[in-house]
Amino acid sequence: MKSVKKFDYYNLLEKITPLIAVILALLVGAIVIILIGENPVFVYKTLFSNAIGNRDGWGNVLFRATPLIFTGLTVAFAFRCGLFNIGGEGQMYIGTFLATWVGFTFTNLPAFLLIPLCILTAAAGGALWAAIPGILKAKMGVHEVIITIMMNWIASSLTFFLVLKFKAAPTAAMVAAGVKQMIPHTSEIAQAARLPRLYTILKFLNINFPSYNQVNVSFFIAIGAAILAYYILWKTNLGYEIRAVGYSPLAAEYGGISVAKNIILAMMISGAFAGLVGTNEVMGFKYRWRQELFTGLGFNGIAVALLGKNHPLGVVLAAILFGILNYGGAIVNIFTEGRIPRELIMVLQAVIVIFVVISDEVVKRLIRQRRKVV
Amino acid sequence: MFGDIFNAQFVASSIRVAIPLALAGLGGVFSEKSGVINIGLEGMMLTGAFTAVAVTNFAQNPWVGVLAAILVGIFLGLIHAITCITFKANQIVSGVAINLFASGITVFFSWLLFGETQIMAKTNLPIWGLSVPNIGEGSAFARSMITIFAHHSPLVYLTIIIFALSHIILFKTPFGLRLRSVGEYPQAADTMGVNIVKMRYMAVITSGALAGLAGSFLSLEQAHFFVKEMSGGRGFIALAAMIFGKWTPLGTAGAALLFGFGEALAIRLQGVTAVPVQFINMVPYLLAIFVLVSAIGRATPPAADGVPYEKEIG
Repeated sequence: MKSVKKFDYYNLLEKITPLIAVILALLVGAIVIILIGENPVFVYKTLFSNAIGNRDGWGNVLFRATPLIFTGLTVAFAFRCGLFNIGGEGQMYIGTFLATWVGFTFTNLPAFLLIPLCILTAAAGGALWAAIPGILKAKMGVHEVIITIMMNWIASSLTFFLVLKFKAAPTAAMVAAGVKQMIPHTSEIAQAARLPRLYTILKFLNINFPSYNQVNVSFFIAIGAAILAYYILWKTNLGYEIRAVGYSPLAAEYGGISVAKNIILAMMISGAFAGLVGTNEVMGFKYRWRQELFTGLGFNGIAVALLGKNHPLGVVLAAILFGILNYGGAIVNIFTEGRIPRELIMVLQAVIVIFVVISDEVVKRLIRQRRKVV
Repeated sequence: MFGDIFNAQFVASSIRVAIPLALAGLGGVFSEKSGVINIGLEGMMLTGAFTAVAVTNFAQNPWVGVLAAILVGIFLGLIHAITCITFKANQIVSGVAINLFASGITVFFSWLLFGETQIMAKTNLPIWGLSVPNIGEGSAFARSMITIFAHHSPLVYLTIIIFALSHIILFKTPFGLRLRSVGEYPQAADTMGVNIVKMRYMAVITSGALAGLAGSFLSLEQAHFFVKEMSGGRGFIALAAMIFGKWTPLGTAGAALLFGFGEALAIRLQGVTAVPVQFINMVPYLLAIFVLVSAIGRATPPAADGVPYEKEIG
């Protein structure tokens, strides 16, 4: 009985390593804040009370968590197949741009057709962009890490070219105000392509929620995507094959599973999640492609996936935590009049990742030693 | 038009563009020869680029800036080494974390210290070598030769020395033999009394130092400023150069020159051709993919590359 109890204790420890990592990282952040000459208690209190202390804060947190759920799923899903897809950034660019294009091109379609079409285009764009490194990996054995990074830069250049090609003319108001230079952006997508903001639904339910809050239906798409990822991975044959390839490609091949096919499919599904970022940033928020609107979200997905231990539920929780840090960090930046740059949050995220990785290994070793002793 | 593009200045600028790729790629060679994958080169380079400009501006001396960039590279290399060698964590994940860390910390300090994300370098390193004669004085051949070989930043000559030394260290000394054995077959090296942990730490720290130096060249010498995310994937292109160069210093230098040529060509073509600048900007990345695909089957990594050493096993 006693040994069973101890085993459970370590099992629990393994589950909560991300929590330990987050606490350690917040401590590192506190040291940095002290070094800058600010008060960490005040900074963290401002950060958390504004982010989760009221409905508006929660809305903003979920709005920021939404794209991170998508990009976190991107990394987590590919990881289950033993692939390190750090091309979420580029897949997100391509999927989102294509969805935007559909949104401002097929303006005659009704909403019940246009919204699904835009969502599917976003997913397909991401999937196609991810298929290229997938095929190179599956058929030729080229390592996906370098290729996906290169594809990010190519996607960034390509979409920059496209936004200039489809650049919207300055509005009358802009001309009147004498605005000459502006961030390149496309025309707005059709009304029928827009996802409703959450407050319109909450109003219906008689719940008081600020109308300027940007959280929108895309959050539910993200939750749906997480459930879908879980379902595919653990409830379908495809998921079984993908995970088998992830555990051991050789064993999978021996068991009659096509490694190449599963690598390509896993990359495509993974990329589709990244493309869906467009549902939040364009269909639910800006209603147009704006250059550098969401730069970096793809990379932050890596930290989200690692913190969430590459599990869809973990990804959602980690994305919400990063949503809190991002939104709270922006508020802190305003409260301290810029003395605490919001990039502190980026540093915290990286420190979290390093601590997660290290504490994971340490706990794994502890468990292994324990088992040997028992 | 052909002569306008492919002249001595073009060759010289290819060399300049190749230097950061070559140095970071050499860092990759040291690290991977010892068995540790270093995806963090990109971040080490970026941090080096920032540190070089920031310290140069505070110290009013570019040499101090270069030294600081190397030290920062060593520091990040140490973090990577601790995570990968001591804690035996996933090496790719650790490298990615270093890249995330670098993106954040450089912009963080850039806001904190300068209040903006683009910082001009106040002073630059001198040009060493012979002065290029004016047109009309001396022969065109002499002018070309001086432009290509003898009119550069001191870091260019330093890079050449570093490469020569690295080749000798890796392939002509007992130390190099031990380092390579640690990356090929650590169990055998261990039985021969080679300290695996120590060798790998040294190699990863060296790779950090080289990536930091590469970053200082990028900001101080190539751009004369720092701007956020200025490394622009060069750490990864350097890894592609390393693979194409079959994990050897001289091969990596050759591959880096090829990339330098491609990037310099892309810079030259801007405004000359009708091709949109965004497509020209893709050239280095497309070239890297092409090179990686063509290296398949020809380039074999060290056998224990990316595998943490477990003493119990075997």
